[in-house]
Amino acid sequence: MNVPTLFGLCAAALVGFGLYGVITNPQPLRKILAFNLIGNGVFLLFGAIARRGAAAGFGGDPVPQGLLITGIVVAFSATALAVALLLRLFQATGSATLADDQPAKAEADDLHA
Amino acid sequence: MTTPGGWLLVLAVLMPFVGVLAGLVFGGRYAQHVALVILLPGLGLALAIADALARSGDTLVYLLGGWVPPLGVALRADGLAAAMLAATAVVICGIAVYAWADFATPSGVREARAPLVFWMLLLAVWGSLNLVFVSGDLFTLYVALELLTFAAVPLVCLDGRGETLRAALRYVLFALLGSMLYLLGVVLLYGAYGTLDIPLLAARVRPEPIAWVAAALMTTGLLAKTALFPLHLWLPPAHAGAPAAASAVLSALVVKGSFFLVVRLWFDVMPGVVTPPSAQLLAALGAGAILFGSVVALRQARLKLLIAYSTLAQIGYLFLMFPLGFNALSSELQRGDALTGGLLQAISHASAKAAMFMAAGLIYKALGHDRIAELRGIARALPMSVLAFALGGVALMGLPPSGAYLAKKLLLEAAAETGQWWWDLVLQAGGFFTASYVVLVLAHVLWPADHSINLRARIPRLQEAAALALALCSMLLGLVANGPVSFDALLITLKELWSAILLFIGGGVLALGLGQRLPPVAVGDVTLASVVRRTTVAAGGMFEQADDVLRRWPVAGLSLLVLVIAFIAAMV
Repeated sequence: MNVPTLFGLCAAALVGFGLYGVITNPQPLRKILAFNLIGNGVFLLFGAIARRGAAAGFGGDPVPQGLLITGIVVAFSATALAVALLLRLFQATGSATLADDQPAKAEADDLHA
Repeated sequence: MTTPGGWLLVLAVLMPFVGVLAGLVFGGRYAQHVALVILLPGLGLALAIADALARSGDTLVYLLGGWVPPLGVALRADGLAAAMLAATAVVICGIAVYAWADFATPSGVREARAPLVFWMLLLAVWGSLNLVFVSGDLFTLYVALELLTFAAVPLVCLDGRGETLRAALRYVLFALLGSMLYLLGVVLLYGAYGTLDIPLLAARVRPEPIAWVAAALMTTGLLAKTALFPLHLWLPPAHAGAPAAASAVLSALVVKGSFFLVVRLWFDVMPGVVTPPSAQLLAALGAGAILFGSVVALRQARLKLLIAYSTLAQIGYLFLMFPLGFNALSSELQRGDALTGGLLQAISHASAKAAMFMAAGLIYKALGHDRIAELRGIARALPMSVLAFALGGVALMGLPPSGAYLAKKLLLEAAAETGQWWWDLVLQAGGFFTASYVVLVLAHVLWPADHSINLRARIPRLQEAAALALALCSMLLGLVANGPVSFDALLITLKELWSAILLFIGGGVLALGLGQRLPPVAVGDVTLASVVRRTTVAAGGMFEQADDVLRRWPVAGLSLLVLVIAFIAAMV
């Protein structure tokens, strides 16, 4: 097994763990962390692809590296936005759950009653 | 190469963002004026792009920094992009006129959070949408899509209530999951073909496993962002909880961004990779959205939630065009009448839905509530708002000469041409379902009140006019869509008149059968009718329960994974 393949497999594992976490964890903060795990998996895969596409004289294909940095910035901003929302939610309601099991309609009805 | 007029595309993307920054610098009440300064030239710019495109007859291209793809990044505007740019500009301007009074900084205050944020985000949504429409490569599209989400999420929770914060958090988490799937697909495509530029990629991509996986991942990710059934867990609370002007932005425009990207992906990047079965699957989800969205809409107690569920159903309608776009001979996806129809439907939904949310917002403001059962007599108190709502609804139903009417005609023709009679049925049924919730609301608001209505607030004429203008845009779109102005569409034949009446009757029957809250006229005591109604209402209740289950997070997450696998299986 060569190095890019190994990293590719690691990336697949990260994406898998992340997906599992986002779907099954009820806690929003854990969902945010799991989302970052997926992101890291995708970025690692991109890095492995860059390495595989190395041309003569280059350590790697530079285009994915450029895109990778952008992707990391975007994922960072997304995380910041989600955490900020979570903090506001905690301040406003005193709890930090998505309240999946309560139908949102009933809550809204109460509020407007 | 950069074509003449290509620089207009840069301006279309740049100007709104310059406005965002200027709003941030000047702050306070100036943000609103900055928005005004940007909006009018922006509208002119969108029309100038359409004009330049019509004159050159070829795609407008701008190469950033003069670098040629695959190394550089290109902005491109074809007919699709120009149409969406123009429609977005018109709807944004309509919403801005409406929001002018609602989001004014109160006098005596130097800066208020909601107005400042609203005006900056309105411009940010506009700029991101413009970038989605003109981007020429898949990674820039990813960035544009994320920008759009970042701008849209805070609009959901402008008033800072716990409910809306929760809705916003659900929205951002699910949207991020979707964008990660999209990005994963992009990465796979780059790994396989070494470019992300749309025309270059379209020339290189072949139907093989990696392309199938990438297409399935990207499509599913985008569907999560578009809130196509069954991935709609975030849409109803987010769209119904936001202030009316924000709901209009979210429902009319934001979901169209990711929808447009699905269109780009399927028609421009991978027309040879996607297969008829995968398109059937996509449209089947659309049919499910129409059924669930409409039935659950009929059971809502509040007007804004009804409109939010109607958005769900209308999103489904947009996806019906995909199986109709296949060329029967080459079995490749092709630009044609089906695509035109689908896009026309998207544009007419944008203006009609914005008008409906705006009208609902005015009704809420005047009454202090929007409970459908208590809206009796409101048509007399707020005639213009109700007219805007009715026109928007009727335009969505597809009555001539609305844009949706023309769209439906094009889609029906495409269905007949490709011999897919089942989509013909779904299209017709979709019209009846749309009619059902419009008729339900109209029956309530037109019913005379049993006591006098005292309005809590005076409704500015300007706001009503903005809603009415957008509804009229949607209603008259059918006249202008075919060229300058063709009045052929006004010549309604007897058959069309009959089908319009039938639409109202069918919608009324559906509303009688499935609507949970009916105006007094419907309460009859004929035994058979009441037995039938009890059965149908119970069936509707089952749909609502199923919808509640589908909107739970783990179920929606699993649906996402199942859809990825199903799309891969359908493409093999």
